[in-house]
Amino acid sequence: MIEIGLGHYLSLGAIIFFLGTIGIFLNRKNVIVILMSIELILLAVNINLISFSIFSGDIVGQIFTMLILTVAAAEAAIGLAIIVIYYRNKGSIRVEDIHGMKG
Amino acid sequence: MSSSNLELSNISNTHQLGLVMYTDYILYFQLAGIILLLSMIGAILLTFRQRTGVKKQSYFNQISRDPSSSIELKEVESNKGVKVDD
Amino acid sequence: MEYAVIFLPLIGSIVGYLGSSLIKYFSEITTSVLVSISAILSILLFWNGFQNDTYGNYKIFEWISSGNFIANWSINIDPLSSIMLVVVTFVSALVHIYSIGYMSHDPHKPRFMSYLSLFTFSMLVLVVSDNFLQLFFGWEGVGLCSYLLIGFWYKKDSANNAAIKAFIVNRVGDFGLAIGIFLIFFYFGTINFKEVFDLAPQFLDKKLVFFGFEPSLITLICLFLFIGAMGKSAQFLLHTWLPDAMEGPTPVSALIHAATMVTAGVFLVVRCSPLFEYSQTALNLVTIVGMITAIFAASVALVQNDIKKIVAYSTCSQLGYMFFAAGVGAYHVAMFHLFTHAFFKALLFLGSGSVIHAFKDEQDIRNMGGVSKKLPYTYIFMLIGTLALTGFPFLSGFYSKDAIIEFAYLRNTSLGNYAATIGIFTAFLTSIYSWRLFFKTFHGSYNNKKVSIDETRESPIVMLAPLFFLSIGAIFAGYYFKEILIGHHSNDFWQASIFFLNEIKHDSIPSWFLLLTPILVTISIPISFYYFVTNTKILENFKNTNLPLYNFLLNKWFIDELYEQIFINPAKKIGSFFWKQGDQGIIDRFGPDGLSKLIKKISDKASLFQTGFIYDYAFAMLIGLSILLTYLILN
Repeated sequence: MIEIGLGHYLSLGAIIFFLGTIGIFLNRKNVIVILMSIELILLAVNINLISFSIFSGDIVGQIFTMLILTVAAAEAAIGLAIIVIYYRNKGSIRVEDIHGMKG
Repeated sequence: MSSSNLELSNISNTHQLGLVMYTDYILYFQLAGIILLLSMIGAILLTFRQRTGVKKQSYFNQISRDPSSSIELKEVESNKGVKVDD
Repeated sequence: MEYAVIFLPLIGSIVGYLGSSLIKYFSEITTSVLVSISAILSILLFWNGFQNDTYGNYKIFEWISSGNFIANWSINIDPLSSIMLVVVTFVSALVHIYSIGYMSHDPHKPRFMSYLSLFTFSMLVLVVSDNFLQLFFGWEGVGLCSYLLIGFWYKKDSANNAAIKAFIVNRVGDFGLAIGIFLIFFYFGTINFKEVFDLAPQFLDKKLVFFGFEPSLITLICLFLFIGAMGKSAQFLLHTWLPDAMEGPTPVSALIHAATMVTAGVFLVVRCSPLFEYSQTALNLVTIVGMITAIFAASVALVQNDIKKIVAYSTCSQLGYMFFAAGVGAYHVAMFHLFTHAFFKALLFLGSGSVIHAFKDEQDIRNMGGVSKKLPYTYIFMLIGTLALTGFPFLSGFYSKDAIIEFAYLRNTSLGNYAATIGIFTAFLTSIYSWRLFFKTFHGSYNNKKVSIDETRESPIVMLAPLFFLSIGAIFAGYYFKEILIGHHSNDFWQASIFFLNEIKHDSIPSWFLLLTPILVTISIPISFYYFVTNTKILENFKNTNLPLYNFLLNKWFIDELYEQIFINPAKKIGSFFWKQGDQGIIDRFGPDGLSKLIKKISDKASLFQTGFIYDYAFAMLIGLSILLTYLILN
């Protein structure tokens, strides 16, 4: 069996971060998917922090992760509220229809 | 800082988190709480809307109704109707 | 007093124009009065100078003093300039007074009078200068005023074109004059007349290398100065502007193109007589050009139909006479002819103006005739002018013109004899065309279709009075001034202002020669009366059988067309090439136009980045951040 070390956790975090970022660009359908991708990015950072906390024996990493989680939740709430209002005004949440800043 | 080695300890992870969070990092914990409060207020503020034309019952008005303001005795002559004002 | 003579016209010009809205007739009266005062003062100056020898040089202030290039503004009164002052101011004053009447229907009178006074000022500055630079200033000033006055009726296309033509042809001459002045300064080190003339004998043997030839310096300088004179005085090759200059009002033609501006060239040659006397080549060239001009202009004048053009070609021809007199070394005779010519030519022009006025702006002599009884005064004045011009015995033209021919004959060179013959023949032609003009205008049958004979009226007194004064001059000026200016003791008058290398010979001339010209001139009167009035059929037949010759003369020897082919069309092509390809194609393309188009293209491309989609912006941010991080890590 392969020994699962720090590098594996870190690469996991990196892959999830990458998925989160390209999720923003390759998305034409839904604004909520952007919010989900942002959460993914934040989660990837959390995974990094926790793995470093375990492998260096410092509990502070996990404390910091919890705080990040709190802030992520708050921000997701506000983001969803904004999307609700946007939908009320524009009637569509397709990303392709948001080009008011064109030109 | 009581950041002792994790593998050597026999208290659970959650206990360890609590030991550090509520003592050394209490300030940040409270701040996180306030952030959550703010976001709650913000979300409600953004999406709240009053719907007009919604019918509701007010029990206070129902209970505090007085016979003198709701019943009226009228003399009615035969073959003549009574006018009810709406 | 000298300052007043020069500056009163300038003051008149400025005040007359600016104060034109003050009172009715303000500008006319101011300018005329000021120029008349100037005329009276200049006559006094002339008289004073002649009797009491009060000539002198009055420096006004130093204009340029740079190294050894010194040029002053000064008023140099000597015999030559004092006689020119009299001519210029006298004729100018009479023309001012005449214009009050002639231009009375014109809405732009103040501008006209102001230009006339400005012209007078420039001519006076030219005449009293003591160095080449002030002379050049006056030269250019009269050229400018000529342009302004020819193009006075600026709404007319033909007037504008004629003004430009005059200015440009003059410019060609000015170019020659400028090169002459440059040569003088380069070799003599000074441009003051007195100093240049004193230094001239030292440069007699100096030769220059010029396009493979080796002419002497003095010859080259004189040639260039003469080119300037050719341009200003409308001599043969640079004459094309003078007939077209008749587009201007008649007083302009009288002042500028008869008496003053065109005589500036003669003045220049006479003033530089110390230089010309040392160069026989230049003098011969002057004589030849003068002769050719005289006969060319006389031949063309024979067939012209516009009254002013006939008189214009007559001026051209008489200027040829003056140059030809200067060329044979008789500068004083040239000045004498200039003096008398100013009177009778101005008289003829102003008289033609009176005729034009009477016929309500008709200028073609074929549409005139038979008005000798209706316009008695004009008739008499034109008669006097024509007699004087043709050299009828005992009027002023006779003395001056015959003196020229005599001096040419006295030189006893082949060129002199040839010149004298041409001079006599041209005098005959002169009298033919002058009488032709006179008889066709005043005798014969009334040919005007538009104006009935009862409507032609004599001109008002304000126009006739100047004619009267001019005719006095035309009759008597010759007799009274002959002894002073060209008599045996004429050197007492001219003193140092004209230089004669060899003594003037006063030999007697064979009497058959003396009588030849007057006889020819006198018998031409009945001959022209017969051919032009009594029996015009003979001439009609002659014209029809010799149609090519007639067309050749009528079209001014086709010189305008020749110039158009040689100079104007190539110049237009070169100019338009430089404009289209050079200016527009290269400079504008790589300069303003090209730059603005390039910026627009770049900005159009750059605006494509703003798609409005937020994921594009996020992507751009990500790329930027990665590049920055890579750069920081690698460093």
